[in-house]
Amino acid sequence: MSKNTSMPTHSRRPVSEPALIRWALCLLTLAFLGLFLFMPLAAVLAEAFRKGTEAYFSALATRETLAAIRLTLLTAAIAVPMNLVFGITAAWSVAKFDFPGRSLLMTLIDLPFSVSPVISGLIYVLIFGLQGWVGPILADHGVRVIFAVPGIVLATIFVTFPFIARELIPLMEAQGREEEEAATVLGASGWRTFFMVTLPNVKWGLVYGVLLCNARAMGEFGAVSVVSGHIRGLTNTMPLHVEILYNEYDFVGAFAVASLLALLALLTLAVKTFLEWVHRDEIAAALR
Amino acid sequence: MSALSALVGTRAARHTVLPGFGPSLGFTIVYLGLVVLIPLSAVFFKTAGMGWSAFVETAFHGRVLAAYRLSFGGALLAALLNAVFGLLVAWVLVRYEFPGRKLVDAMVDLPFALPTAVAGIALTAIYAQNGWLGSVLAQWGIKVAYTPLGVIVAMVFISLPFVVRTVEPVLQDLETDVEEAAISLGAGRVQTFVMVILPALLPALLTGTALAFARAVGEYGSVIFIAGNLPGVSEIAPLLIITKLEQYDYAGATAIGTVMLLVSFVMLLAINLLQRWRKSRMGG
Repeated sequence: MSKNTSMPTHSRRPVSEPALIRWALCLLTLAFLGLFLFMPLAAVLAEAFRKGTEAYFSALATRETLAAIRLTLLTAAIAVPMNLVFGITAAWSVAKFDFPGRSLLMTLIDLPFSVSPVISGLIYVLIFGLQGWVGPILADHGVRVIFAVPGIVLATIFVTFPFIARELIPLMEAQGREEEEAATVLGASGWRTFFMVTLPNVKWGLVYGVLLCNARAMGEFGAVSVVSGHIRGLTNTMPLHVEILYNEYDFVGAFAVASLLALLALLTLAVKTFLEWVHRDEIAAALR
Repeated sequence: MSALSALVGTRAARHTVLPGFGPSLGFTIVYLGLVVLIPLSAVFFKTAGMGWSAFVETAFHGRVLAAYRLSFGGALLAALLNAVFGLLVAWVLVRYEFPGRKLVDAMVDLPFALPTAVAGIALTAIYAQNGWLGSVLAQWGIKVAYTPLGVIVAMVFISLPFVVRTVEPVLQDLETDVEEAAISLGAGRVQTFVMVILPALLPALLTGTALAFARAVGEYGSVIFIAGNLPGVSEIAPLLIITKLEQYDYAGATAIGTVMLLVSFVMLLAINLLQRWRKSRMGG
């Protein structure tokens, strides 16, 4: 986003490399990205449609695949709003106020980013598993968390925890608090200040944070794999379903489900790029 | 906890008239504690309960050591590779104009958005014996899929955006005056790059590399498909945690988890120090 703050004018730049080197570097970059970014995407589509469109759609229309899609949508529908509320609240306290321990708090908010997904699942097994802290008590009341939907939702919330806060904090920090202070001094309530002043200023960052959070929530594999138990039709999310189909050598099925997830990723990137392009002046102004 | 935040709040409130500090900080701390901190502490409590000798025996067993070697060594190689190519990608995207530059720039974020399992099976399909690249490489006797090399390929993919995205903004804000001065004083292009540009990019480059390493070390989804998971050869540490959990060996899984968590914390500390260095550089 900060791209738009500076004004790269090419005429102003007499220092550059000879054309031959420029071309070589461009080609090397495109070869590297082609190998690591574009080829995997193409492979997903090629494998999904290997046996034709009919096989592709019939692979998607199975009962278990539909159940996996439903569970993935449900998980994201719970995890994203929860982390949205957290992200906004955390950003408000961290970006608009100074207090001792502020940078420690910011580090702790980022913590789930640096924890292995497998450990993100493991911690909930240690707490809610049958040998865990509260697992046995819950089991006595007939509540299952691990190898059930609540565990999947919890692990997803953990993994996607920092996304929205991470997008909002630098943006709200950069904007300072003069506008909000003016609104408050003029008599606006806290909520009114937030909805009329802060939110319009950060809305594109917020949208991007929600998009990233959603993409990760729907695509999380490692953490969910630990807590799910892989019960078909019940605790199988789309990424887990990809693994099951793949391990059963149902490659068309696996890549068909994978192609839906790849489409989600591409949509996320497309909306992000579109927002940045349409609102580039606004974003630049907000960051100034 | 909210009492604590209220206490802190009265002190901070002096600096601004904005409302809602106490409640928002209180909620942030409680939610953070419930979702992240208390669950994470379970790992250390569980490990503390198993005793030192049992911990050392499980966490540093021969097969586990081989897995650490692959996870840490592979992640280091992947991060270094991305340091070189990430710098190149950032350089080309910022400084050169070519058709499709916008599209390429947007696509760099793909590994953040693409689910790891999808990346895993796609890379495996490409590098398998009968895949697009696997069949070509096989003619030279190079095997990628189901070898440690495959693990590194997957790690390069998932950690690719970090260096690009940390270096890009710094490169954009870099004033060209200094470069012009260097050139007019008789420095060559290479000399200018090494002596003038690279030092300015170094903090961002190191931060990006550290972030890439941290991400690759813990990676699971994209790696397990292409790795082949041969014990002692192409088995990563996160997979061992899963294997132990499937055998209901919770203590064993947690012991390995503790070692990996400690490394994550050290990495997080290093990244924070790097970022502080970066900020102080930019301020000065």
